[in-house]
Amino acid sequence: MNDRVIPWFVAIIACLLGACSEGAWNNPYPNGEKASNVIYSSFSERPKHLDPVRSYSSNEYQFIAQIYEPPLQYHYLARPYKLIPLTASQLPQVRYLDAAGRPVPRERHEAIAFSEYIVSIQPGIRYQPHPALARDAQGNARYLHLDAEDLKGIHVLGDFTTTGSRELTAADYVYQIKRIASPYLHSPIAGVMREYIVGFDAFREQVSALYGDSPKGVWQDLRGIDFAGLSVDDRYTYRIRIHGEYPQLVYWLAMPFFAPMPWEAEKFYSQPGMEERNITLNWYPVGTGPFMLTENNPNLRMVMEKNPNFHGEQYPVYGEPQDLENGLLDDAGKALPLVHKAVYSLEKENIPYWNKFLQGYYDASGVSSDSFDQAIQFGSQGDIQLTELMQAKDIQLETSVRTSILYMGFNMQDPVVGGFSERARLLRRAISIAVDYEEYISIFANGRGIAAQGPVPPGIFGNIEGEAGINPYVYDWLDGEPKRKDLGEARQLMAEAGYVNGIDQASGKPLVLYFDTPGAGPGAKAHFSWMRKQYQKLGIQLVIRATDYNRFQEKMRKGTGQIFQWGWNADYPDPENFFFLLYGPNAKAKHGGENAANYQNLEFDHLFEQMKNIENGPVRLEIIREMTRILQRDAPWLWGHHPKAFSLFHSWYKNVKPNLMANNLLKYKRVDGELRDRKRAQWNRPNYWPLVILLLVLLVSFIPAAVGFYRREHGTLK
Amino acid sequence: MLPGKPVFLLTDILIFVLVLSIVSFFAYAMRKPHLRQPWGQVVRSRAGVISMIVLAVYVAIALLDSLHFHPVLENPAADSTEVQYSGEVISVFDQLVSGLRASTEKTYSAPFSAHLYAKETVQQADGTRVRVYPRLAWGAAHLEEPHTQKTADILGLALTGALKAALVWAVLLVLWALYLSARTARAFPVAFRTLFDGRSEVPWRTVSVTLGVVLLVLMVGAEWASKYHVLGTDKVGEDVLYQALKSIRTGVVIGTLTTLLMVPFAIVLGIMAGFFRGWIDDVIQYLYTTLNSVPGVLLIAAAVLMLNVYMSKHAEAFASLTQRADMRLLFLCLILGLTSWTGLCRLLRAETLKLRAVDFVQAATAFGVGPMQTIFRHILPNVMHIVLITLVLDFSGLVLAEAVLSYINIGVDPTMNSWGNMINSARLEMAREPIVWWSLAASLFFMFTLVLFANLFADVVRDALDPRVSR
Amino acid sequence: MIAYIVRRALYAIPILIGVNIITFLLFFVVNTPDDMARMFLGQKHVTEVQIEDWKTERGYHNPLFYNADAEGLDSFKETIFYTKSLRLFVFDFGRSDSGRDISFDISQRMWPSLAIAVPQLLIGLLVAITFALLIAFFRATYIDYWAVVICVVLMSISSLFYIIGGQFVMGKLLRVVPISGFESGIFGIKFLILPVLIGVVGGIGSSTRWYRTIFLEEMNKDYVRTVRAKGIAEQTVLFRHVLRNALIPILTGVVVILPLLFMGSLITESFFGIPGLGSYTIDAINRQDFAIVRSMVFLGAVLYIIGLLLTDISYTVVDPRVRLG
Repeated sequence: MNDRVIPWFVAIIACLLGACSEGAWNNPYPNGEKASNVIYSSFSERPKHLDPVRSYSSNEYQFIAQIYEPPLQYHYLARPYKLIPLTASQLPQVRYLDAAGRPVPRERHEAIAFSEYIVSIQPGIRYQPHPALARDAQGNARYLHLDAEDLKGIHVLGDFTTTGSRELTAADYVYQIKRIASPYLHSPIAGVMREYIVGFDAFREQVSALYGDSPKGVWQDLRGIDFAGLSVDDRYTYRIRIHGEYPQLVYWLAMPFFAPMPWEAEKFYSQPGMEERNITLNWYPVGTGPFMLTENNPNLRMVMEKNPNFHGEQYPVYGEPQDLENGLLDDAGKALPLVHKAVYSLEKENIPYWNKFLQGYYDASGVSSDSFDQAIQFGSQGDIQLTELMQAKDIQLETSVRTSILYMGFNMQDPVVGGFSERARLLRRAISIAVDYEEYISIFANGRGIAAQGPVPPGIFGNIEGEAGINPYVYDWLDGEPKRKDLGEARQLMAEAGYVNGIDQASGKPLVLYFDTPGAGPGAKAHFSWMRKQYQKLGIQLVIRATDYNRFQEKMRKGTGQIFQWGWNADYPDPENFFFLLYGPNAKAKHGGENAANYQNLEFDHLFEQMKNIENGPVRLEIIREMTRILQRDAPWLWGHHPKAFSLFHSWYKNVKPNLMANNLLKYKRVDGELRDRKRAQWNRPNYWPLVILLLVLLVSFIPAAVGFYRREHGTLK
Repeated sequence: MLPGKPVFLLTDILIFVLVLSIVSFFAYAMRKPHLRQPWGQVVRSRAGVISMIVLAVYVAIALLDSLHFHPVLENPAADSTEVQYSGEVISVFDQLVSGLRASTEKTYSAPFSAHLYAKETVQQADGTRVRVYPRLAWGAAHLEEPHTQKTADILGLALTGALKAALVWAVLLVLWALYLSARTARAFPVAFRTLFDGRSEVPWRTVSVTLGVVLLVLMVGAEWASKYHVLGTDKVGEDVLYQALKSIRTGVVIGTLTTLLMVPFAIVLGIMAGFFRGWIDDVIQYLYTTLNSVPGVLLIAAAVLMLNVYMSKHAEAFASLTQRADMRLLFLCLILGLTSWTGLCRLLRAETLKLRAVDFVQAATAFGVGPMQTIFRHILPNVMHIVLITLVLDFSGLVLAEAVLSYINIGVDPTMNSWGNMINSARLEMAREPIVWWSLAASLFFMFTLVLFANLFADVVRDALDPRVSR
Repeated sequence: MIAYIVRRALYAIPILIGVNIITFLLFFVVNTPDDMARMFLGQKHVTEVQIEDWKTERGYHNPLFYNADAEGLDSFKETIFYTKSLRLFVFDFGRSDSGRDISFDISQRMWPSLAIAVPQLLIGLLVAITFALLIAFFRATYIDYWAVVICVVLMSISSLFYIIGGQFVMGKLLRVVPISGFESGIFGIKFLILPVLIGVVGGIGSSTRWYRTIFLEEMNKDYVRTVRAKGIAEQTVLFRHVLRNALIPILTGVVVILPLLFMGSLITESFFGIPGLGSYTIDAINRQDFAIVRSMVFLGAVLYIIGLLLTDISYTVVDPRVRLG
């Protein structure tokens, strides 16, 4: 009869056994990690690439930006964003050359044929301990000539017993740039870089000629292959030569694409048998940064620990004026990193993630739309503050408008919505008015965003505030704020375009448009039905074609979509990084670029080429205005919105300042482990009385059964 | 008859074929005493009649929701004289509850609430902004002071609903009693009394009471739904009650069509295997063992992935959203059928093997009756009860399976109303504070009711039809 | 006995070939070798020559089923089906679309699945048998009637409700166990409590009802009546005779699902963040990684066939009268 009790019994016993005797029962981490200097965070999707030439997404940068060090970085506290040296000894020097290779002054734009960036790095920087760099007693590479026999018993990288290190050299940086160019690594920025770096294509062809026929698993040694635009001056200096001018190159030099790669690592990972064990460069990074990946189990958790060979860096000593009072300079001058370990747990579902944050098991959290009301309320003046629940827990809030845009694009190649005919343009404008992004933001983002007027988000040069900046085709300026035009106007435009009430006058049939979207996850349905409602306002029927992300991309690549939604996150703080999304030669269908709308307007393209190479100032602003006007007239995108990032963090999590450009932020963070332990214990007292009561109720409910049993037995005896 | 141009979706056609075939089967069975007898047993059981009434309500909604058409456009293009139809596809059921369908709010609102569930910044006349819970556009919009008037209003509506229900109930009972008295040649008061007499052979009292309760729920619900969002609204402000009701069709279609689609295969192959034996038997056995070995969920997953790819490669063939969703629903039924026909096939094979040895079949063979004739005349009618038992037994499992499959994105189309999709989007709402529970609760409750009564009905039917469970 | 097992194992081969053909067809109807090549080679600037090279390198240049160019037996051997399927039979699943070795992942991920599935099965069995026995003891009383009703009600509740509700109550309101996560070793037990409990509660309705029928069937048999007529106490009858004999159908029913425990549970694992084969499969489905889905189908089929074989063997073990011929 007590068997009903067994699961509970087992549960409680197990809990007592399983180190639950101290600390909260629901602690998902081992109790040994008490009061320690460890950051707890999460990731929602297993990273695809941890190889810096291939990785290009924020969930991957979360890891590799702490491990790989490009020559430059953004200053953590200073605004506007400012580049400072990371492994470089100073910012790169730039020389301008004419076609014959003679230096010319910067002002003579028309004469400049090449620019040369000279990067010198600090001496004495060493790689993290890694088996690829291990040497035996004789000083020979320990693991670079392995055969099947040697790999017995090896399953993960940690199974190699010896590790080694060596000094970082300029050649490692050059090697990595060659990897960007290598046709077999498919770097996502190869398409951009081949436009600029001298000798890129020639290098590619040489590599193809040399290794095109070799089977997979053979190391493609790129060291000996000549690359005209790259040269190593000495052990610590290298040069990159590019065609013409490209001032944005320095921003790229702050991204992991340009981090150093020791050739030994590539050779090590390309040995036969490694790939079968999933030991690849794509999974096990090797860098010079403050952290190294010590546990790599994307099914469960990723752990980064402090790199013992880290070259050392100090916490910044200056910032914006208010940083001092916000305590962001408390650690000024201290040696980085401030924590010795960071644990990232896999958390796919939203609910457990949010609840664990509230229980204190994650140090920081983004605010998902559904937990928004719980966390944040608006004051009477529309200002934002935390709810009482959050305040009681001493949770802090940090907000910032992200340098990104979520837009809805029209495929300009499409016969109905695309093209430059007046009819299609009117249709696009009508839709631009009808799709109410203010409502979108308030429903799906809880007001965390601002409707976009053009491609450039606030905080980046070229974004114009106030009346001058509004999109005159969609908004009116009323009472000091933009107001979306009336739906009647949109209907009028529809009628002018020959679609009265959404009926195509030519064919007499209702207008049907197609919306291509990846993703069919939870919440997608609400999204779709909202979208349909918006088009319905004009009598247009929107058919939603939901597929997976691969197929969606394929469709974009082939240019067979019609209406789609996509986003762009700034790589660097420059308007060029947004306008190039609409630059004709970047058209996705024709040239495989990032211009998914396939917008091709010669006038615009011409202005873009001008704007790109000049410095921020009135001239540039005027060109940008002109470009924005053209875009607003043609309406190849519904400009969508710029999301705002709200991030919540606990009181023990220090040195939080949103920095939308830098990714290597982990080293600045600090935690107060004791405070955390205290709060966790306080918040997570198990509430087991209901269980005891339930147990008792169950026991009591068995009494009639027991009585019946007894009676029956008694009865048979009689 | 329809207020628009009819559209025949594949699942619509199939579901009406199913209804027709069930009706004709019963018409046939009623004339054969040995087939009629077990159904008499079903009708005589109390659980049987209760679940039949409840299921009838569900099925009626599903059938109404299966008559689709393009509605006439209200304001067609100025220069055209002919009637214009909207490209949208709606059903008769949508038309009936058009109030619910159109009554969308901006975002969440709680059941019976007069306000939105989230605060909004509203600019007041004097230019200052306040954060308030705005009034709903539709729910409780007829009240001036919801705080004070709402309770009374809800009770009043309930009373109206109850009165209407009582009226309809009384009329129905009187009509039924008249029919009974005519048929059994008893006086009307006697017949009327049997309706409340616990001792009648058919449990008339249970029938009347259940009917009364069902009418009460329907009428009161309809009364409330005309003024309030009885089950609240979802994230984009759609009425949850409407969604839950629309999901009924999905559930019923999956529960029935799946079996319908697999039955022909199972019957043909099962009987063939059992009747002809030899190599035919071997081949068929091999076929179903192989199919059975493939894990069902994975087969479904693979097939749905395949369909997705096919549909995105042939996008032009599926012009409207409804068609796409319908195609996917049908395909899901097919593939679910493929994973579940093996059980029935095996049962039929075993039964046929047994029947084959029975003397009347032996005699028929001895008299030179051809195999086809034997099968149609002697085997088929005698294995039909197994088919029926499977149909009702599988039903509830399939309804539950739909929810799980939709939850992992290999179920029905994400734009289709289904309980699985509702649960899928509701799971994020559980993390909200204050918690948004009504979507989840509504879908689970509607599903639970259907499955519970289907289970009860299945039990009764099995007890009545299965000769092994003789009481 | 051994001869029988060998024969059954041989019989499994054509079935596995059949399964293979099914998965193979499902795979290649959607994914042509060209698609696969493009997937591997990346999406930009891929030339036809590169694709051909890639296909040759991996053996995808041959026709699918029948090679008209080759002679004799070779026309079947030099096909994709022949070369790729043979590797499945030695459990070489190849690489997933994201480039990881599938066999390695499977070998890593089956342990968490087992950690959930085995306790769930054992506790579930124990609880359900106990309940069923109790109900059988009180057969034809109000306890029996209401117990069956409760079973039907429990059966009618969606498994999703149990999971969402359980997580909400135990994890959030009561804070007794971690909401989700996984850890190996003794420390990991507290992560298992909730999923196991939910699994047990979710399955209890149908299994209790089913076992009750088995017990009742057994109790109506002649030998039980005889024993009872001898005046032996009811609980002795139940435990000595009925339970022991009814266990045969119950356990043989369990044996068939034993190997499938490796496959894990799709929903539970993804909800609780358990890195088992169930969540592996779900991830693959969501990422449309066909290579993994195909491997899991094959693995599932093999395990199912092993289950059937084990069932047959277990019949002879528990009941010596059954002879395998």
